Amino acid sequence: MGKKARLIGGALLAIAVIVLAVAYFRQHPVAVLDPKGVIADKEFRLMVTAAILSAVVIIPVFVLTFTVAWKYRASNKRAKHAPDWDHNTALELTWWGIPCAIILVLAVLAWTSSHQLDPYRKLSATTKPLAVQVVALQWKWLFIYPAQHVATVNFLPIPVGTPIDFSITSDAPMNSFWIPQLGGQVYAMSGMQTQLHLMADRPGTYYGASANISGAGFASMNFTADAMTQTDFARWVSYARQAKQHLTQDSYAQLAKPSQNTPLGAYVADDDNLYGTILMKYMPAMDMGEMSH
Amino acid sequence: MSLLGKLTLHAIPHDPITLGGALAMVFGALAVIALLTYFKRWKWLWREWLTTVDPKKIGVMYILTALIMLLRGVGDAVMMRTQQATSVGAAHGILDANHFQQVFTAHGSIMIFFVAMGLMFGLINLIVPLQIGARDVAFPFLNATSFWLYIAGALLMNLSLVIGEMGATGWLAYPPLSELAYSPGVGVDYWIWSLQIAGVGSLLSGVNFFVTILKMRAPGMTLMKMPMFVWSVLNAMVLVIFAFPILTATLGMLFLDRSLGMHFFTSTFGGNPMMYVNLIWAWGHPEVYILILPAFGVFSEVVSAFSHKRLFGYKSMVIALAAITFLSFTVWLHHFFTMGAGADVNAFFGIMTMAIAIPTGVKIFNWIFTMYRGRVEFKTPMLWFLGFVVTFTIGGAAGVLMAVPPADFQLHNSLFLVAHFHTMIIGGVVFGYFAGITYWFPKIFGFRLNERLGKYAFWCWLVGFCLAFVPLYILGLMGATRRLDHYDPSMGWQGLFIVAAVGVGVICLGIAFQLLQFGVSIWKRHENLDVTGDPWDGRTLEWSTTSPPPEYNFAVIPAASERDAFWDTKQKRAHGGEPTPVYKDIVVPKNTPIGLLIAGSSFLAGFGFIWHIVWLAPLGILGVLACIVVRLADDDTEYTIPAEELKQLELSRKQPA
Repeated sequence: MGKKARLIGGALLAIAVIVLAVAYFRQHPVAVLDPKGVIADKEFRLMVTAAILSAVVIIPVFVLTFTVAWKYRASNKRAKHAPDWDHNTALELTWWGIPCAIILVLAVLAWTSSHQLDPYRKLSATTKPLAVQVVALQWKWLFIYPAQHVATVNFLPIPVGTPIDFSITSDAPMNSFWIPQLGGQVYAMSGMQTQLHLMADRPGTYYGASANISGAGFASMNFTADAMTQTDFARWVSYARQAKQHLTQDSYAQLAKPSQNTPLGAYVADDDNLYGTILMKYMPAMDMGEMSH
Repeated sequence: MSLLGKLTLHAIPHDPITLGGALAMVFGALAVIALLTYFKRWKWLWREWLTTVDPKKIGVMYILTALIMLLRGVGDAVMMRTQQATSVGAAHGILDANHFQQVFTAHGSIMIFFVAMGLMFGLINLIVPLQIGARDVAFPFLNATSFWLYIAGALLMNLSLVIGEMGATGWLAYPPLSELAYSPGVGVDYWIWSLQIAGVGSLLSGVNFFVTILKMRAPGMTLMKMPMFVWSVLNAMVLVIFAFPILTATLGMLFLDRSLGMHFFTSTFGGNPMMYVNLIWAWGHPEVYILILPAFGVFSEVVSAFSHKRLFGYKSMVIALAAITFLSFTVWLHHFFTMGAGADVNAFFGIMTMAIAIPTGVKIFNWIFTMYRGRVEFKTPMLWFLGFVVTFTIGGAAGVLMAVPPADFQLHNSLFLVAHFHTMIIGGVVFGYFAGITYWFPKIFGFRLNERLGKYAFWCWLVGFCLAFVPLYILGLMGATRRLDHYDPSMGWQGLFIVAAVGVGVICLGIAFQLLQFGVSIWKRHENLDVTGDPWDGRTLEWSTTSPPPEYNFAVIPAASERDAFWDTKQKRAHGGEPTPVYKDIVVPKNTPIGLLIAGSSFLAGFGFIWHIVWLAPLGILGVLACIVVRLADDDTEYTIPAEELKQLELSRKQPA
């Protein structure tokens, strides 16, 4: 095959790959790069900044590696040969210095962003935040709305433009609570409570998942976050209040039994202590005894 | 309780895929036994290999085992990608969830402990004594014991396929999932004891090579004159010595939880799973640097040798290695930014993680400037190096991205993370050790590997790697988490999973070329013989002895007055004759089966612990103790090659056969 033919072949292949990729990703959006909430949006911008800073080093490294390797190929006898040249303080200081400078910038970025986007940090907004208690079960997600006295399974209706204060625990192995288009994940662990604050900017249904292996039904442990207008959300709450099922200690015990591909469900949740009971279930009985002294 | 503990006939696999794998392994073992018997090679096997304490032979056995384990690990990868490419919507692929989870648990554990560690200790055994001009390691018997413990671990890991099951918890078995409440079977116990036994072997090797490098260097070889590979190994061994005791203790506690009802890591009764996650990564993060540092060392040797130029920035390189070694103990928390530690803690560990990019970057620039004004030959090891620069730099950038905690919240536990660490471990560790094997192969076997097939293998690996892992980066960004055995077609992931599966196929083709390369090179070895002992115009002491080297490596211990000691000697030799060698008596360690027996007893003890066979576990431990006592009581562990005999040996070796 001639050089020209190979060049044309390569170009055609590249074009085909690009066309295919464009067609593919038009059909299937890339969730993390298509944020629908304020936190996901900031996290996306942060990634872009960090990637650009990395590129400042990567691109010169690629160019240098291949030009140097090619220029000093053994067959190129015209290239200078200095087999004993093995040290140059100025050069070496340069490539200690440049990465140091870039990492310094990244370090500032890491420090400030860690604080700004701390999942425990409350979001500022004009609307009153909505509290949601999240319980990871084998293998489904239970969402309790303490103020609305409703609860859902594998289905998370939220109002847009409203900060959502998630309190997260688990009555199962460790899981991770993640809604990619709304923001990053936090672990769900039994006997402990983690927090996450997210806010949806636009109505829509967003994929949510457990990101941490939790046993046989792990792959089916996903849910839908349904962001709707505040009026729609209020309407949904009053509708859910009519649900036939009530979430009590007994029905919770039924729900908590291992099951897979659990259908979506809504409950009336009048027991304000349920979430606390789930948390305390893992506290050592011994400590309770000591507390009573 | 039964005499066999929990072991019953139900432990034999029933589903066709596992049964097939188990049968293939059993018949493979039977075939090897039959061949050995047919060719009457048992005695030879015992004398030359099973009882040897020669690090070169031990090194060969490490690498052979690691390559066999690589085939098993890749087989697991093929199953996983087939599952993920086909298990969509109504279709459920080839594996059920539990089996799929066992497969990825085995894949990760095997690839790290029995492939990467095996390749690493193999190369270290083969090359470190030769490079420092030593005849042996500091503790030859201990070295053999370490190797056999590694084999015992590997056997237990593979036995889980035939009898019982593997853990279904992922390669680091986070509690509470790995606790008895959620994993009542023997799978996690197999995982614990396989890693526990192999891990003790690694720790002993770490001590051994640390002492070897510090105490057994040729006269004149000060620390700052050591070859860079030796420096990298010294740093890696420091990490082994600090990190592996943490692994041993952590696995021990998990086993106590599971077997004696203790509560170190359970969710209840004051146990703390987060403690386990911290401990396992306090070992696990240094572990990845244990693997990569010697690969950096290999590249330093390869780039310098094939550029025919001194390594650039030697001091910088040493400082960079030391910096990485130190920093690698300060970053473990970046594996769980999402556990809710708080912004200050996350930011600290994020910044320390990014800092590792600095010394790593320095090393890459130094390699580039080693080529600068050199005469670069694009032999196979050099191709692995160039491939490594591409993959490792991209993987490193992905790593820096994930070191920013809020970015990590969106990438953690997704396939982006999986793609990142495979970029580092395949593109860094595996490419590095392949380069090392190709580079040092003639030294160990006396003939070179076929170049053409080596290059085919390289290109298949590189292209296959890109096809297999670029889709995973994108899938991660699309919200695909790791370890999914099934997903909904509406996610739009299937196309990319299919591309990834094709990539694994191309990697398999690369492996086929490598096997063919070994076959053809052995078959046509007379065309590639290395009679000089120095096939690449090398620079360091291993090239100064014959290929393959005699049992005692060097008849006369070489002097090392300069950094590239052999290069220096060659320069001086050009100006004057070689001095006549003065032979002295050599003391050589005798073969011993005790290392093999210790590992065999450990294997039995492990098997007893796994299945709760109450008489077997203590019997195994007693066996280990008895072996140690017998060995301690034995004063006749060495023999002497007298100077005169040595002279005759050397003369006969230098005569062309």
